[in-house]
Amino acid sequence: MEKHELIVIGGGPAGLAAATSAANAGVECLLIDEQATPGGQIYRAVGTIPEKRATLLGPDYQYGRKLVDQFNHSRASYLSSTTLWNLNSQRQIGILRDGKASLISADRIIIATGAMERPVPFPGWTLPGVMSAGAGQILLKSSGLVPGNGVVLAGIGPLLLLLAWQYLHAGVKIHAILDMSPAGNLWRALPYLPGALLAHHYILKGLRYQLQLKLAGVKFYSGVTEFHAVGGDTLEAVEFTHRGGRKRIDTQLLLSHFGVIPDSHLSRCAGCDHSWDPNQLCWRPVADMWDNSSVDGIAIVGDGAGIGGAVAARHAGRIAGFEAARALGRMDAKQRDIAARKDQGWMRDDLRVRPFLEARFHPPAELLSAPPDETIVCRCEEVNAGAIRTAIHSGHQDANQVKFLTRCGMGPCQGRQCDNAVSQIVARELGDEKMVSGGYRIRPPIRPLTIEQLAALDAGADPK
Amino acid sequence: MPSTFIRLEDPDSRWVNIQIDGKATRAREGDSVAAALLAAGLRSCRTTPISGKPRAPFCMMGVCYECLVEINGVPNRQSCQITVQEGMQIRRQIGTAEGYS
Repeated sequence: MEKHELIVIGGGPAGLAAATSAANAGVECLLIDEQATPGGQIYRAVGTIPEKRATLLGPDYQYGRKLVDQFNHSRASYLSSTTLWNLNSQRQIGILRDGKASLISADRIIIATGAMERPVPFPGWTLPGVMSAGAGQILLKSSGLVPGNGVVLAGIGPLLLLLAWQYLHAGVKIHAILDMSPAGNLWRALPYLPGALLAHHYILKGLRYQLQLKLAGVKFYSGVTEFHAVGGDTLEAVEFTHRGGRKRIDTQLLLSHFGVIPDSHLSRCAGCDHSWDPNQLCWRPVADMWDNSSVDGIAIVGDGAGIGGAVAARHAGRIAGFEAARALGRMDAKQRDIAARKDQGWMRDDLRVRPFLEARFHPPAELLSAPPDETIVCRCEEVNAGAIRTAIHSGHQDANQVKFLTRCGMGPCQGRQCDNAVSQIVARELGDEKMVSGGYRIRPPIRPLTIEQLAALDAGADPK
Repeated sequence: MPSTFIRLEDPDSRWVNIQIDGKATRAREGDSVAAALLAAGLRSCRTTPISGKPRAPFCMMGVCYECLVEINGVPNRQSCQITVQEGMQIRRQIGTAEGYS
């Protein structure tokens, strides 16, 4: 079996920084990336993007070039377009590349799989013409594609504003921006504002985007509830309740967004302990101050360890790289402490804005755990919220039991889109506020693998 | 009706020739297959094996599996994760792909 000293999984800010700092400290390191080029989702296509499009995306995006350059100048090697279908507690990794499956292993692993958008089921979200805001931004970054016939942006979170601002500068018609965060969020966020002002550039940026959008005449609706996407074979309109009245906006494209959560399939597959974060409303890995997980030799950094954003991810990645160098004997604990000190300070400063953002953009419980009965929750197996509630009330008391009965979470996405929703519906129905009933048990293969690929598995000769 | 997605102008673009359901079209070099389908004006890329309803790419980052299509004869490919290549044959996938039930 091919073996490395350190394998870093994921080529976003955390993974690039971790691989770079570890390699610069003399660690032999391989970075495995699902994408064709480094950058992750946030700096997607940053190395190949045309200048005009990079300008449109703004300076925060362009910073990614520096990270990619530093990584390219390090001695870390790079394996692109590679999917992971397994990671176990022995640090053996199942990969799939060019349709061929194989196993590799490492003395140490840093998981930097980052975040995914929080999937929130609402009526009509499976209609063609409904996509996530992240998807809209990926199309802009990697292909220069923008809505051609107008767009409605709806949901909760800063990405909606950023994308709207980018679209505005690209000349896109924005029919409306619909904010589904409850009015009370502003008040709940207020106590965190003084802390957040220590990282005030984030707040100012948000206000500036909002002001420019309003000056351009973009229509904002706040406190939106009972949101539906409607249409026959494709999206025709969105309908929602605003200030007590029912409204309808015709559109052929809806980009929805409800914040981001850690992409935890891999760390859960490896058996790392996770706990429910009531502020971020997601599972996040349990880790020590060096981001070591509960499994020996596996660290988890960046948004995959809990949402902190790209800047914090970069610092956390660099720190994890130093910690890997210590664990692999390239430096002692004291040298690591000194190497990590600056990044720890910067990371702490940057994270000061998070409690404010988490409170301001906290999704309402009804949205996450009480979708109407007819709403499809599992997109793959087309299981609706009513069927899930029926299963719960017939005695199926956790997400896994509901899965066995209804097949929710058993389709190609393997529960990535319904895990959070199903576990929150179960918890709500059972009055389980601490989420002790848990989420899906994640087992390999965590990506679809054909029997042919598995049968032809190249496990390599085991070095004994 | 104008297309749901249009391309921003980019004078440096290089193009590759592909076929979608047997019809020749072109995509920008570096496009994912899913992006190429949307740019070509397709509203959906498959129908589901359960209800037969149409679906389209949703997340564009490899986590939702809504964008499954047939590429060069191989079904169930994640089109948002695969880059277009010259001469690529892409087909929309109807229900459970043949032989993969």
